[in-house]
Amino acid sequence: MREELVLRVAAKTMAPFIVVFGLYVHFHGDYSPGGGFQAGVILAAAFVLLSLVFGLDAAQRVLPFWFVRSCAALGVLAYAGVGFATMALGGNFLGYDALASDPEKGQHLGILLVEAGVVITVFGVMTTAFYVFAGRSRTEP
Amino acid sequence: MLATTGFALAKLRNLFTVVMLAGIYSLLSAGLFTVMDAVDVAFTEAAVGAGISTVLFLAALALVGHREKKSASASALPLVVVVVTGAALAWGTVDLPPFGNPDNPVHHHVADHYLEESGHEIGVPNVVTAVLASYRGYDTMGEATVVFTAVVGVLLLLGRRSGTRRSGP
Repeated sequence: MREELVLRVAAKTMAPFIVVFGLYVHFHGDYSPGGGFQAGVILAAAFVLLSLVFGLDAAQRVLPFWFVRSCAALGVLAYAGVGFATMALGGNFLGYDALASDPEKGQHLGILLVEAGVVITVFGVMTTAFYVFAGRSRTEP
Repeated sequence: MLATTGFALAKLRNLFTVVMLAGIYSLLSAGLFTVMDAVDVAFTEAAVGAGISTVLFLAALALVGHREKKSASASALPLVVVVVTGAALAWGTVDLPPFGNPDNPVHHHVADHYLEESGHEIGVPNVVTAVLASYRGYDTMGEATVVFTAVVGVLLLLGRRSGTRRSGP
């Protein structure tokens, strides 16, 4: 699809907005529908769109395979890390009250952090899966 | 409409059409969830079901071709199993409390506490987020782990070649 001018321009224009929308869905998840899972999928969709239009190599120059693969593991680590951090600060596992002096602020921070972990995991998983499928189909036509 | 799409999904043999219909099915479900005021679920269904999984299915179709093999024999056993299971499920719904009744027990186990207390216990206006990330944070960690495990499976089955493509032949 590398020759389609309309698709190239449209994809290039839309991708940043999709990324921003994904971040909005994550950071605004406390107040409106949405959260980590949706935000991760939307972020991944931006890069899947780019690699559909510009080809896998172009996408992997921006986001290398090892990077998205590590993202999948890092997110889970971040989530569990928040749990252990709250334990180190004297709370229960994933008891966010311990994260700040004010329990409500601690809850806010904790939710944001674990949701960030979910975003990173889901984003990494979806892009990894897409890279693997797309890369495989190219090597064995 | 959902039922029609479901029947078409089971009957069609061209897998490309099936993938497209599965996307439509997800989008219809998302609409249904929105009508039932479950916007968070609808959001997920639209993004995951109708969006990413359609693309992943298409990528998989590029690997396996888009014609389904004719099954060797059409036996009556699966139909019997489906009908019996469906009848049992329908029979089970007879005992359920009336749909949407606010006095149902399911709405008064912990839901009252979540709805009334999450405002000042968590301080997050979206109760779904409060339940998902705070009250049920442990469950959500399990979900993240499940997603991670899924990709580990994909990498083990398909990933070797694309992982070493740069250095290998």
